[in-house]
Amino acid sequence: MPEHPIVEIRNVSFGYDPARPVLRDIDLAIARGSVVGIMGQSGCGKTTLLRVIMGALAPTRGEARVLGHATRSLDRDGLYAMRRKMGMLFQFGALFTDLSVFENVAFPMREHGRLPEELVHDLVMLKLQAVGLRGAAHLRPTELSGGMARRVALARSIALDPHLILYDEPFTGLDPISFGVIVRLIRELNDSLGATSVIVTHDVQEALGVVDYVHFMADGRVIAQGTPDDIRASPHPFVNQFVNGRPDGPVPFHYPAPEYGADLAAA
Amino acid sequence: MPRLEALRGQLERLGAAASSQVWRLGYASRFLGYLVLHSGTALRRFRLTVAEIYFAGVLSLVIILVSGLFVGMVLGLQGYETLQRFGASESLGVLVALSLVRELGPVVAGLLFASRAGSAITAEIGLMKATEQLSAMEMMAVDPVARVVAPRFWGGVISMPLLAALFSAMGVFGGYLVGVQLIGVDPGAFWSQMQAAVDVRNDILNGVYKSVVFGIAVTWIAVFEGYDAVPTAEGVSRATTRTVVTSSLAILALDFVMTALMFTGTEK
Repeated sequence: MPEHPIVEIRNVSFGYDPARPVLRDIDLAIARGSVVGIMGQSGCGKTTLLRVIMGALAPTRGEARVLGHATRSLDRDGLYAMRRKMGMLFQFGALFTDLSVFENVAFPMREHGRLPEELVHDLVMLKLQAVGLRGAAHLRPTELSGGMARRVALARSIALDPHLILYDEPFTGLDPISFGVIVRLIRELNDSLGATSVIVTHDVQEALGVVDYVHFMADGRVIAQGTPDDIRASPHPFVNQFVNGRPDGPVPFHYPAPEYGADLAAA
Repeated sequence: MPRLEALRGQLERLGAAASSQVWRLGYASRFLGYLVLHSGTALRRFRLTVAEIYFAGVLSLVIILVSGLFVGMVLGLQGYETLQRFGASESLGVLVALSLVRELGPVVAGLLFASRAGSAITAEIGLMKATEQLSAMEMMAVDPVARVVAPRFWGGVISMPLLAALFSAMGVFGGYLVGVQLIGVDPGAFWSQMQAAVDVRNDILNGVYKSVVFGIAVTWIAVFEGYDAVPTAEGVSRATTRTVVTSSLAILALDFVMTALMFTGTEK
């Protein structure tokens, strides 16, 4: 466990239905300044864990401490105060479609700061320059490619210089060039802002190239953790199948079904 | 016994449907309470509300004005046809104005407002939810109810009475065009009888009260359905349909209740 972690999840369980928990006894800590991956299959609970870290869901058991606060004890104002120090990149960007690229990045600054408009302008240009899209400031979100939209959303998520940046499936649906750009930006922005990044993803091979540490999840539990090299060399059959993309293994190719011959005869 | 079981099953389903509707009404009421309590941003930064008055009100003007004109013209024709049988065709102005100001103005403008602006508000908020824009706002520590929903609510509430008033005014003009210009009713009688018979408190103000109540009902339903929509294409489409259907029924039911209360008040 790192000293003074920025995120500390202690024995956390969560379920919408108590009979079917989505998270089971999760224990993990995220060191300041690191880029950490939370990986696993779709439906393994990693996005739910991200929502617990965001404070959008309160654990049914255990404690989540984020930026020094126990999220469960925070009221709405406390939660919002915590989130001002966080940035979040949504899977498909979640840009405001009625605002231009410039106004999207300016949005958090205008909502929270009493900054003069000239300063907002300069700050927005600075953020857009960081993601290479200063020239697209006047465009509408509908005029952007998927990769560009993701970069604008990234610029917006770092608008208030967050201490913690959360990424929800940042690589989904990107072409190789956009993917390379996003990977580079995640690392560069994390290091230049002195922030901590948490990437939730099932694109394991891509993510292993950018993260410092990985928590590997399956069925609501953390089943393996370590550096990218540890994960690549993991003897755990599930991790091995997942990292190498084998079609069959602990996760079977076939969805549970009655005997094949019986189904054919039924027709 | 199986029939008894089937009956019990049906009763259970009926009970479950009724209690879920009551639960939903309670949820919508709490939502309205939260919305009103968090309307500070919409009122402090009134520019946000003005933009919504433009979308809900100004962009509805064409349909409201054209419909008002035609409704007034039809009233002129139908009214003249009936009144002239009793030799009272000079009272056409009264008939047109009272029908519009007391009933048709608020009700028809409300129905048009629900179809034009209400459905647009639901679809917009629903799509913002489906594309995670509302969640993104939450993550930026910006309350989407205060920033997105409240300006739309107040924009609709302010727009609706103005639209109803314009509808009535346009309808009176339509009645004048048909009655006076086309059929030849005396213009002096048309206007003076209207002026003498239409009472500010009993007629005009009661019409205004109705349009305010309809505005609150339609916009409340529209923002709630959008915010509560299932965040998928099908969910948003269903929510939009529900807005139009529920708003229309609410307008007609509220109209009956308010008219009954207003007549009771007049008798006393």
